[in-house]
Amino acid sequence: MINIFEVNETNKMIEQENLDVRTITMGISLLDCIDSDLETMNRKIYDKITTRARDLVSTGEKISMEYGIPIVNKRISVTPIGLIGGAACKSSEDFVSIARTLDEAAKKVGVNFIGGYTALVSKGMTPAEELLIRSIPQALAVTERVCSSVNVGSTKTGIDMDAVKLMGEIVLETAKATREQDSLGCAKLVVFCNAPDDNPFMAGAFHGVTEADCIINVGVSGPGVVKTALKEVRGADFETLCETIKRTAFKVTRVGQLVAQEASKRLNVPFGIVDLSLAPTPAIGDSVAEILEEIGLERVGAPGTTAALALLNDQVKKGGVMAATAVGGLSGAFIPVSEDQGMIDAVNAGALTIEKLEAMTCVCSVGLDMIAIPGDTKASTIAGIIADEAAIGMVNQKTTAVRVIPVIGKGVGETVEFGGLLGYAPIMPVNQFSCDAFVERGGRIPAPIHSFKN
Amino acid sequence: MKKTIITVVGNDTVGIIAKVCTYLAENNVNILDISQTIVQGYFNMMMVADTSASEKDTGTISKELGVLGDEIGVLIRCQHEDIFNKMHRI
Repeated sequence: MINIFEVNETNKMIEQENLDVRTITMGISLLDCIDSDLETMNRKIYDKITTRARDLVSTGEKISMEYGIPIVNKRISVTPIGLIGGAACKSSEDFVSIARTLDEAAKKVGVNFIGGYTALVSKGMTPAEELLIRSIPQALAVTERVCSSVNVGSTKTGIDMDAVKLMGEIVLETAKATREQDSLGCAKLVVFCNAPDDNPFMAGAFHGVTEADCIINVGVSGPGVVKTALKEVRGADFETLCETIKRTAFKVTRVGQLVAQEASKRLNVPFGIVDLSLAPTPAIGDSVAEILEEIGLERVGAPGTTAALALLNDQVKKGGVMAATAVGGLSGAFIPVSEDQGMIDAVNAGALTIEKLEAMTCVCSVGLDMIAIPGDTKASTIAGIIADEAAIGMVNQKTTAVRVIPVIGKGVGETVEFGGLLGYAPIMPVNQFSCDAFVERGGRIPAPIHSFKN
Repeated sequence: MKKTIITVVGNDTVGIIAKVCTYLAENNVNILDISQTIVQGYFNMMMVADTSASEKDTGTISKELGVLGDEIGVLIRCQHEDIFNKMHRI
């Protein structure tokens, strides 16, 4: 029988250490909505989403109430629209009409984000996918809840540098199209290498073509819980440190697994995966940076940061894997700058630069995330940043991503405020030397060799 | 039978248990076990209860107990036992 101390421990995690389930994301396939008539297809998409996800939000709220665990977000991911829209869309405007449909469907069922305005172009772009990519700035400007992602490379295919170059321009155009809102559109646009098919986290969530018709994926969180646990083992050796992270990750993930099973049962939708992630929020104490500082760094960015993050990421996985029946998505520690007070403080203190963040992305779950850069950054420079991240992902067989926000009209030393879970960010300096000639070459970077590892 | 864990945390005053038990009795909730302790000066009580005979669902009971807690000046939570079983038992 459960005792009062165990009950108190769980409730302390929830009340004081921000333990929550970050998201229940319903993945919905739109493959059966494909139609050569745009209007018919939009209607089919709207109907399918609003039917499948009708009870998603209310079910999430009921589970949250019964178990006393906050479930912060209820979201939807759909099949990449680049595949769905090909038959009907003859222009970028046609694709924007699908974005509007997704936005309306999201509002109808009450989810706060819908992901899947996506193109998978790791080896090359079809005309439809290029049209979709070119429509992203407008699509993100005229919708509120739609999230977009583009996969430009993979370990098996190499990197499509034409897509990388185009995405440099698109990120900048998206920033301009949403300049009235401090370029917020870019916070809903991710450029991936090795994008997973079952990621429940925004802005990069989409429902991969290898998935079933409809599934439930759950993303857990809990940086505050890990940080509090580590306070108890200050000065202890690495074995003790690792054991503590594993135990804590196990407990946090078990809650995610419970919620995932329960949601799957009540919605009568198969359970997909639990994403074992430490996802920070701007709330005090809900910070991955503070965990790294608790491990022994004066500030994130100090020498030792990459090693500490590698250790954290690995132990979270080791603890979480045993707690869940199926694991997937991005799984690891997220290091978004604007969503993590400790990261923001480190940037303001001069401890953390984009170059150090890039090194950190070699060992953590995703990539350069929610980083505000000057609005006058060149498109080719953004493409260069994307290429660097994609190369790290391609060579190391991991997911990497870039979500940078060139804030139009603002420069280094200024701050940008996105609000809510997206937080605020100091604008970080970008290396001023040019990579124009590199980006201009065009073509592909071939896939790396998988032998002779050095 | 699915059990519900009810916890009460706050400053100790007269009649906390009486008020909570009265509410549970009125709503046909059976109490299976009670344990109580003082943690860092705070009154801490845990009840294991069976809500299956109640006409109200766990969500409603949880909400109403929350309101009752506000009246008494303590924090009352009502949670399905599985969240604790999952976290603390393999």
